[in-house]
Amino acid sequence: MKPPYTPEIIRQHGLTADEYARVERLIGRAPTWPELGVFSVLWSEHCAYKSSRVHLRRLPTTGPKVIQGPGENAGVIDAGDGWAVVFKMESHNHPSYIEPYQGAATGVGGILRDVFTMGARPVALLDALRFGRPDHPKTPHLVEGVVHGIGGYGNCVGVPTVGGDAMFDASYDGNILVNAMAVGVARADRIFLGRAEGVGNPVFYVGSKTGRDGIHGATMASEEFGEDSESRRPTVQVGDPFTEKLLIEACLEVMGEDLLVGIQDMGAAGLTSSSCEMASRSGSGLHLKLEAVPVRESNMTPYELLLSESQERMLMVCERGREQRLIDIVTRWGLDVCEVGTVTDTGRFVCSWHGEVVVDVPVAALVDDAPKYERPMRAATTPPAVGEVPVPADLGATLVQLLARPSIASKRWIYRQYDHMVRTGTALRPGDGDAAVVRLPETRRGIAMSVGCNGRQCALDPRVGAALAVYEAAINVACVGARPTAITDCLNFASPERPEVMWQLSQAIDGIAEACRALDTPVVSGNVSLYNETEGRGIHPTPMIGMVGLMDDVATVRGAAFPSADLAVVLVGGAAPVLGGSEYLLLATGELAGPPPAFDAAQARATIETLLAAHADGLVLSAHDCSEGGLAVALAECCFGRDVGAAIAVVGEGRDDVMLFGEAQGRVVVATDRPDALLAVAAKHGVPAAILGRTGGDRLRVRCAERTLIDAPVAELRRGWATALEEMLR
Amino acid sequence: MRFAVVSFPGSNCDDDCVRVATEVLGETAWKVRHDERDLRRPDVVLLPGGFSYGDYLRCGAIASLSPVMEAVAAFARAGGPVLGICNGFQVLTESHLLPGALLRNAGLKFICEDAHVRVDGRPTPFTAGVQGVLRLPIAHNEGRYHADADTLARLEGEGRVVFRYCGPDGTVSDAFNPNGASANIAGICNEGGNVVGMMPHPERNAEPLLGNGQGRALFDAALRLVGGAR
Amino acid sequence: MKGRVTVRLKPDVLDVEGKAVSGALARLGFDDAHGVRVGKVFEVELGDVDPAVARERLEAMARKLLANPVMETFSVEVE
Repeated sequence: MKPPYTPEIIRQHGLTADEYARVERLIGRAPTWPELGVFSVLWSEHCAYKSSRVHLRRLPTTGPKVIQGPGENAGVIDAGDGWAVVFKMESHNHPSYIEPYQGAATGVGGILRDVFTMGARPVALLDALRFGRPDHPKTPHLVEGVVHGIGGYGNCVGVPTVGGDAMFDASYDGNILVNAMAVGVARADRIFLGRAEGVGNPVFYVGSKTGRDGIHGATMASEEFGEDSESRRPTVQVGDPFTEKLLIEACLEVMGEDLLVGIQDMGAAGLTSSSCEMASRSGSGLHLKLEAVPVRESNMTPYELLLSESQERMLMVCERGREQRLIDIVTRWGLDVCEVGTVTDTGRFVCSWHGEVVVDVPVAALVDDAPKYERPMRAATTPPAVGEVPVPADLGATLVQLLARPSIASKRWIYRQYDHMVRTGTALRPGDGDAAVVRLPETRRGIAMSVGCNGRQCALDPRVGAALAVYEAAINVACVGARPTAITDCLNFASPERPEVMWQLSQAIDGIAEACRALDTPVVSGNVSLYNETEGRGIHPTPMIGMVGLMDDVATVRGAAFPSADLAVVLVGGAAPVLGGSEYLLLATGELAGPPPAFDAAQARATIETLLAAHADGLVLSAHDCSEGGLAVALAECCFGRDVGAAIAVVGEGRDDVMLFGEAQGRVVVATDRPDALLAVAAKHGVPAAILGRTGGDRLRVRCAERTLIDAPVAELRRGWATALEEMLR
Repeated sequence: MRFAVVSFPGSNCDDDCVRVATEVLGETAWKVRHDERDLRRPDVVLLPGGFSYGDYLRCGAIASLSPVMEAVAAFARAGGPVLGICNGFQVLTESHLLPGALLRNAGLKFICEDAHVRVDGRPTPFTAGVQGVLRLPIAHNEGRYHADADTLARLEGEGRVVFRYCGPDGTVSDAFNPNGASANIAGICNEGGNVVGMMPHPERNAEPLLGNGQGRALFDAALRLVGGAR
Repeated sequence: MKGRVTVRLKPDVLDVEGKAVSGALARLGFDDAHGVRVGKVFEVELGDVDPAVARERLEAMARKLLANPVMETFSVEVE
């Protein structure tokens, strides 16, 4: 194909007429066919963040613990003793909707590469999943496929999937979310960056051969779905975790020696984005010889080679003179390796094909000059206020119903399919605590991780909802005994071309920024996924948060379950629960109404400090935060782990159902053998805390003054909670 | 004591085995690559879990043809203690160092959780002096032990079923069979008793941080045996 | 009437299993084996039906369940 291009061709490349004109203006001529492809992927929303970039600047990204903030393959924080923790979260939403197994599997593969590209050994994976309503006809198929794909890849590659989150809501019926987070560890002085430096240094291609996989996947991920998207499939990218495992070992071995100048994985937009990003960060140029790229299909064109999204591939810039050592190591791992180009000082991205130059454009035009939009914004209409909700006659029955809601129910059906113990570092397994904990190798330290976001709260108030997502992730990490340290985020939104959605995105970013500042947890990496909508119907704004916390002694981790009888149950945190946005309200009325719980930055900080101080004094024997389903669900969950009941007395003047099932920020159920000391710690930090009762027996009993609100055997409460997910999929 | 841990492309519990031998037990351990033919004089050979060759074709099939397996077979023939864990067990059956095969779990899903196993049968280098019920993690998709009726009868008759899935109190029944294995078999040994294959992962519960530390008993047994022989 | 449905990956989809098997064959000295691709065969007992009907039924089964149209193709035989 040669210029001039029809408007239809330009549109198929995801470029507007204005954007295409900008391309011609920047390079002073019409682009060649491969150049058009290159602009198309690098200027896509997915690669260029063109709608979000102006807002992302408002996020706090620095702090004493930050070694590397956003802009590289992953963020890096200082974990002490010369160690660093490297982590990032990324979406693979659209591919997972189209081919759930491969979409989820390649999502895991991609995020792992982002982490080991930095020189880190991956030690943990987490997955935050959002599916449509449980009774939607496609939901079971998507859940089965996504979970199978995550397990299929993560289990084989030998990185434990230690945590995650799954919620179900009609807003995700046509657009599921698959957000994968990978966490790795490295020596702090051995972090590798995606740089192409040193004129004349050779560029190596390492990993699997290139096929026609996922060509234009990056542009697809930036377009909303239409009726025909299920038939308009590009070749599906197939993940090969076996090759990824070899790639991890080969890369870490190569990085253990002083051979590399820079390294970058070939993710979305493949060879194009990896090479241009490296050159852009270094202000250098690259010359690639495309005929040298190892291929697995015949007759591949330069356009296809540049845009292929074949998996398990890396680009490395080697020190000139050390090539043979690189080749030897990689070959020993059974992977393809070959020199495909050199670093130049021209500032241009040049590709030749058997001697003929087919691409020759300034790197800056591709990366720095990509369009950035200040898209119009308009406040979304305020959702209705909570209306008439009758107080249920049988609160115990309501609790049973809530516990069996798929969003609240046990996720054992999911995590049982994930190897969460490989690498023998998992100190707190999925389902056992509010956050997952792995050991920092060779030390006594621990890394705690939590992911999540309540999209309903964000739909009601994106700023508050996003702040609450940060806060809940921090509370989860503090519950197990770790200090929340930094976050990665994955901003999942509908079409930025709708002003209400842009407003939601902007508000959510402000909410994240406010909470991160209050909690001293900067944003070190992240990803934006827009156009999550089908035929004009968008998802709830879902700024997923992945929090990483650090603890000095991993042996001191605390789970969520009441460990034994005869302990005091204390509620730390005193925000008043509300019905707005709650799971209970959805159960009772089927409606989304507000306002959501409030976010109080000062209380959030004080509550975290209270928990950490209580942990330091050995006062916390178990801790579990109240989230979806409120206090009653949290209490029931505390009883489930070790079959320990409790007798609880709540004090309050409002409605019983609001007290039990209403939701609020930062309330934590703590079991302790020294309640007075715990109350004193809370008082010192200005955080309300109250003794609710004692653990023991085989029933959960909750009363208020003289009234019994709930009195049920733990085993009976557990039944529906334990099996709901399996029932849903039947 | 000297542990050789065989590392196939795709093995992913090799580091964990080395870690238990060195950091937990304080002994010596090294990895032996799939393409090596010299085990370097170990006292014990461990075939670790993982996905050798991606578990493609059949689990353990491609790995069983590796050069290193000739050395492992010679070591086993000479009476050397060999423990195959999970994928290592699959490699041992594909190599015909142990009878039977490991088929896809009856529930058709990967299972990762703790299981209870009863130590049964004759003593082996890894179970001598170990009694009762152990809680050990399982993590597999193809763990359903299968053998023909004659083979099963011989295994039972010769006391070669060394681990059986059971309840916490040692009850062996279908309710405690996670994958549909014949006769709840979780592990077996060869005729000589020196080659043991098991689906559960003792190395994943060899220290209290990761559970209750009961998996260490198998390694301690080997330590007693080899220490005693010296 | 017996039918057979053979399901294969589409030619341009990466066959990770075939790739591993090719490598293993080469290491065993079968270096003439290039590009192994792994498929699945379903043998289906159909009872006493007309071959044309049998074929139609098998194709429907393949489209609905046996093959994943996103990545696989299939062929049908009756005997």
